[in-house]
Amino acid sequence: MSELLQFLVSGITVGAIYAAIALGFTLIYNASGVVNFAQGEFVVIGGMTAAALIGAGVPVWIAAPLAVIAGMLVGVLLYRLAIKPAREAPLVSLIIITIGASIFLRGAMQAVFDKQIHRYDGFSGDAPLRVGGATILPQSLWIVGGSIAVFAFLAWFLNRTRAGRGIKATASNRMAAALVGINTGRAMNLSFALSAAIGALAGVLATPVTFTSYDVGVLMALKGFSATMLGGVGSPLGALAGGLLIGLIEALTAGYISSDYKDASAFIVILLVLFLRPQGLFGARITERV
Amino acid sequence: MAGQGTTTAPQESGREMQARTEPARRRVIGPGLRTFLIFAVLVGLGALIFPSSYFYRVGTLVWINTLAVTGIVVLLGYVGLVSLGHAGFFAIGAYATAILPNYGIPSPLAMLAGVALAGLLALAVGRPILKLSGYYLAIATLGLGMLIWMVLSKEAWLTGGPDGMVVSGMNARNLFKMVGLKLKSAEAWYWVAGFAAAIGAAIAVNLAGSPSGRALRAIHDSDVAARSLGVDVAKAKSRAFVISALYAAVAGALLALANGYITPETGGFMHSVEMVTMAVLGGASSVFGALVGALILTALPQVLTVFADYEHMVLGGIMVLTMIAMRRGLVPFIVDLWNRRKS
Repeated sequence: MSELLQFLVSGITVGAIYAAIALGFTLIYNASGVVNFAQGEFVVIGGMTAAALIGAGVPVWIAAPLAVIAGMLVGVLLYRLAIKPAREAPLVSLIIITIGASIFLRGAMQAVFDKQIHRYDGFSGDAPLRVGGATILPQSLWIVGGSIAVFAFLAWFLNRTRAGRGIKATASNRMAAALVGINTGRAMNLSFALSAAIGALAGVLATPVTFTSYDVGVLMALKGFSATMLGGVGSPLGALAGGLLIGLIEALTAGYISSDYKDASAFIVILLVLFLRPQGLFGARITERV
Repeated sequence: MAGQGTTTAPQESGREMQARTEPARRRVIGPGLRTFLIFAVLVGLGALIFPSSYFYRVGTLVWINTLAVTGIVVLLGYVGLVSLGHAGFFAIGAYATAILPNYGIPSPLAMLAGVALAGLLALAVGRPILKLSGYYLAIATLGLGMLIWMVLSKEAWLTGGPDGMVVSGMNARNLFKMVGLKLKSAEAWYWVAGFAAAIGAAIAVNLAGSPSGRALRAIHDSDVAARSLGVDVAKAKSRAFVISALYAAVAGALLALANGYITPETGGFMHSVEMVTMAVLGGASSVFGALVGALILTALPQVLTVFADYEHMVLGGIMVLTMIAMRRGLVPFIVDLWNRRKS
C-alpha cells in the first residue's frame, strides 16, 4: 500500500511538470495554431541556466527568475526570427521550422553550457517529508504548487486581462482581431514569451528532482504532447489533467512493469488516444479549418 | 538578348516551361528510366575519380542516405507529411539483417523480412493517425522512433545493447565474383548501394507520374480538394507512409551489410532529423533534391571535423533557414535561378 502511495506521489510530481509543459504548448497552439516542437527546449533552458547560475554562487531566489527570463527571451527570439518570417507558410513548413529550432537550441545549449547532467539542491532542502508511509520531497510540493499557480494565472490572464483577451481574440480570428484594434503582433509575441516562461519555470522547478542535460528537451516535448493529446488539444484544463495522468501512468509503469520502458508509456498513450478518442478527454471534436 | 516580344517564353515561369517540354521528352525515354540513367552515370563518375577505399566508403554512405531520403521525398515532398521516426524503420531493416542470420536465416531473406516488418509496422501505425491533421504524424512517429530506439538499446540479449552488434553474412564482393569481376569489398558495396539508389529514384519518379502519385500531390496542395475529386485521402497517405518506410528499411539493411556493424544510434532521433534535413536542404520535391541533400550532409562531416561539435546547430539552422529563405530547397532554387538567367 505504501508502495502504491509512493508511486502516486512521484507520478503526481512528474505529472505536474508535464502539465506545465502542456500548458505552454496549449498557449502557443491556441494563439497561433502552431504546434511548437521546441517547447521542451524551454524546460532545458530554464534548468541549465539555473544550474549554471547556482553553480556560480548566485542565490536560488535570484537565479530562478533569471532563468525564467532567459527562457522568455529565447521564446520571443524564436517567434521573431523563425516563426514570424514564415507566418504564411504551409503547415508542413512550420512543423519543420519548430523542429529545426528545437535541434538548434539543443546544440546551442551544448555549446553554451556542456554535455553534463546537472542538478541543484531543492528550494526547501532535500530532507524528505513522511506522509502515511510515503516520502515526499519538499521540491515535489514546489513543482505541484508551481503548476497549479501557472494554471490559475493563465485562467486569470486569458479571461480577465486586456492583453490576455487580445491573445484569445487573435487566436479565434486574426483578421477580425486586427480590425477591432487589437495588436495581433504583440499578442503573438506575448504568447510565445509566456509559453517559454512557463516551460523555463517547469525546468527550474523540476531540475532538483529530475535532473537536466542539454538533450532531454525532445523527451520533455514528447511527454508534453502526450499530455496535451490525452487532455484534448487546445484545452488548458485538459493539459493539466493530461499531464497528471501521463505522470501517474509513467510512475506506475516504472513501479510495476519495467523502469526501462517507463518512457514508452507516453507513446503508448498517444497511440491509444489516436486510435480510440482523437479529440482527447476534454477536447471538442476535431474540425479542420478549410 | 532574345528580343523582347518575339516570344512569350520569357514571361513564363520555369515550371510552366518544364510542363510544356515534358511530354515531348517522355516519348523518347520514360522519366523513370531517364532518372535511372542519370544516377547510373553519377555512380560511375564517382568510381572514376575516387582515389581510395575511404572515398568508396563515403560514397556508399551517400548512396544509402540518398535511398533513405528518397523515401522522405515521397512522404514529405509528394504528400507534405513529416516523419520524425524514420530512423526507426531504417534500424528495423538494419537489425533484422544483423540478427536473423544468427538464427540460420540467410542474409537476403533476413533483409526481406526486415523490410516487410518495417512496412507492416508503418501500415499498422499509419492508418489511424493519417486520418488526422499533419501534426499528428510528426508527433506519433517521434514517439514510435523513440520506442524502437529504446527496444534496440535495452534488449541487449538480442541487439547487443548500446554497444551495437556485428553483422555477419553476405559480402557484395561475391556477387561480382559470380560474373567474373574482382572488386575490393568497399568498391563492391559502392556499386550495390549506387544501383539501389538509382532503382529507388526511378521508382519514386515513376510513382510521381502515376495516378496514385498524382493523387498524393493533390493531397499536398489540399486535403479537401483531393477528397472532393474522389481521392481516398487516408488510404493514399498511408500508402505513401508505407512506401517511405520501405525505402528507409532497405537503406538500413544495406548499411548494416556494407558497414558490418550497427549501433542503436542508426535508429536514434538525431538520425531521423538528419534524414528530414537532407530532404529539406536538397529539396523535398524531387529525387535529385534527395541526392544533393544526402551528398552535402554526408560529405560535410568528413571535410569539417568541427561539424561533430556543432552538428545539432548546423542541422537545426539548415532546417530553419531553408524553410524561411528557400522553402522548396536547394535544387529547385538553383533550377529557378538558372531558368531566370537563361530568359
